[in-house]
Amino acid sequence: MSSAALPHRGARLRDRLTRVAEAATTPLLPADYLDMFAPLRSGADLRGRIEEIHPETADAATIVIRPGADWAGHVPGQYLRIGIDVDGVRLWRAYSLTHGPRADGRISVTVKAVPDGKVSNHLVHQARPGTLVHLEQAAGEFVLPPEGGKFLFVTAGSGITPVIGMLRNLFPATDEGVVRLPRSEAFDVTVLHVAPSAPDSIFATNLRELAEAGVIDLVARYDDEHGVLDLADLESLVPDVGARATYACGPAGLLDALAVHHDERGLALFVEQFRTGTRVVAEGGTLTCSKSGIDSIEADGATPLLDVAEEAGVLMPSGCRMGVCFGCVLPLREGSVRDLRNGEITSAEPGDNVIVQTCINAAAGPVDLVV
Amino acid sequence: MTTIQTKSKADQTDPVAHLSAAQVEELGRELDAIRQSVLDTRGERDAAYIRKVIKAQRGLELGSRAVLLASIFPPAWFVGTTGLAVAKIIENMEIGHNVMHGQWDWMRDPKIHSTTWEWDNASPAEQWKHSHNELHHTYTNVIGKDNDLGYGIMRVDEEQRWHPMYLAQPLWNFINACFFEYGIAAYDLELGKNLSSKKRRRSPQFKAAAKVTLKKIRNQMTKDYVVHPLVSGPSALTTLSANFTANLIRNLWTHSVIMCGHFPEGVETFEKKSIDGETRGEWYLRQMLGSANISGSKAMHFMTGNLSHQVEHHLFPDLPSNRYAEIAPQVQDLFRRYGLNYHSAPLPVQVASAWHKVIRLSLPNGASKAPLATVTALTTKQGRRELRRRPAA
Repeated sequence: MSSAALPHRGARLRDRLTRVAEAATTPLLPADYLDMFAPLRSGADLRGRIEEIHPETADAATIVIRPGADWAGHVPGQYLRIGIDVDGVRLWRAYSLTHGPRADGRISVTVKAVPDGKVSNHLVHQARPGTLVHLEQAAGEFVLPPEGGKFLFVTAGSGITPVIGMLRNLFPATDEGVVRLPRSEAFDVTVLHVAPSAPDSIFATNLRELAEAGVIDLVARYDDEHGVLDLADLESLVPDVGARATYACGPAGLLDALAVHHDERGLALFVEQFRTGTRVVAEGGTLTCSKSGIDSIEADGATPLLDVAEEAGVLMPSGCRMGVCFGCVLPLREGSVRDLRNGEITSAEPGDNVIVQTCINAAAGPVDLVV
Repeated sequence: MTTIQTKSKADQTDPVAHLSAAQVEELGRELDAIRQSVLDTRGERDAAYIRKVIKAQRGLELGSRAVLLASIFPPAWFVGTTGLAVAKIIENMEIGHNVMHGQWDWMRDPKIHSTTWEWDNASPAEQWKHSHNELHHTYTNVIGKDNDLGYGIMRVDEEQRWHPMYLAQPLWNFINACFFEYGIAAYDLELGKNLSSKKRRRSPQFKAAAKVTLKKIRNQMTKDYVVHPLVSGPSALTTLSANFTANLIRNLWTHSVIMCGHFPEGVETFEKKSIDGETRGEWYLRQMLGSANISGSKAMHFMTGNLSHQVEHHLFPDLPSNRYAEIAPQVQDLFRRYGLNYHSAPLPVQVASAWHKVIRLSLPNGASKAPLATVTALTTKQGRRELRRRPAA
């Protein structure tokens, strides 16, 4: 027998053992039992454990997470989606990774508690080290080219977080101060940071340290001190803006204005926008069932989505039609629905994995169902 | 024996004759408010409860199966079998049945969700959800619509026509109790109806469903009667008998508990036409009249998967099971205020009552001396809708 057959045989033995383990645990999987003891092991669904929570300001904190063995790493500037149980309900949010790849293998995100933000308030004020969270692999195209160049970062409020991730990777801070790495010499960075006021700005200290060390040029604009930023002043604030590639992260208003500004001048712009978390809830709306070829048909606020879809010819799963049997549930890809029994609103963003009963929920804005 | 039956024996009293249509709707609103009070406080405490139960159940099952590796020693056999039977009961009742009802869907945890849960039972989750959640819970106790009434093999109501075949129904019921999981699988497949004609036997829908069921049964049997015995080595035969015994205990227990839910004497049944145009209040009322509770300790409620709170479960099948005990006093108070009979008795009393009915109805009507009345229609009389009962033929 050739030696090449050996690993093949090993794989076959492993397959066979897996099948025996599956036969012994059916209808569950061996993983369901292993998860009880080793939720972060290789081969498990990607999870992480919160190990440290460092308060940054009164309403922001950095969460340090030990990711599961299958964490594939990230590039500075990327974000990750975290699923955490808040009052018993699994909620998913995206946060920028605020450190470059760390030597200790852990990852960190910095979260600012926003008004009415269920997840952000929970992470900043309630979460405790030891909590298990659910993760997705890092994602996002908001990353710097490895060869370097001239850059302008425009950040507003918590939009600073992906940028801090990039800067910390380029210019690590130690007890002895900011370190200049050979690989970072090709990066010429200016940061224009906008915030309501100086102390309110998270990571402001980091930015100042980097500026004092002379590795970045910092232009800080605080609304209460300098007035609200007018992009017409951009050329005077950053005279060589035309020579730089702009990376911007912040609220939609600022990003839109920048897009117009740069478009007019033919400048390169990369943006990262996090959702604001406020979804407009309406009385009635539209229904989209893309797999069934239904696009934005009218759905009033009093008719169950099940009836609206059936009326439009969609083959819908259904059951009791009174909210009892859960035979009609479907994933809500995106949108808001209202429970006709008690008015309760359920909202979902793409990737949230929210499943709704269609027989007692009506549209509360545009609704996209997976059917 | 329940009060309502004694009353009906005497004068065939309509249990809801004293309620006006407006009162029935007010009853519905009060029940909606109870439901909402649970929804408003549903959260971390409940999530922690179900996670704890699932973890404990898996630990108990794992531990019991580990002990059974040495089942050749009688104490190990006894401990392992008891543990495994308890683990299977908890899995089927407090976890499986309730998760598949969607009681925990609100947590948005894909691993504890009605759309993904598969239980340690012969019947595939998909088929169980259809026959149980959809048919039984919607058409509770409606003769001809709710197959849970006698599971299609027994006569459990005077309105069902007697046939000599029913003489043997106490025996059927006992055999069904011993192999209840297969009874459920056959029932979920509507085997009786689907095997009755060539056309039904050959329907692709039935063939596909039967295939899924057979695969599930094969997997279940392979686990309990092949893999675990083989892994036990010298204890193979004793592990096999332990697993068989655990399944038997689980079957007898679940069958007994489920019989108590709707079969005890005095629980009402309804005619098909009685639910035409049924309002929400009337639906609630039907659930109230058609279910019976088991009284007992916390441990007893837990081991029945809180189906001992059958009344509360039927009113609110999607509320987390750990909350039924909390709302039971409010529901009971509602029964009292609306002059309705809250059926509740200890397990032996309810089991005996259900068996009494099975035995009594194995004989033709009149052979036993207590024909029960059946609610026949929800009709408008004197300007109000009411449930009207008709003496059994």
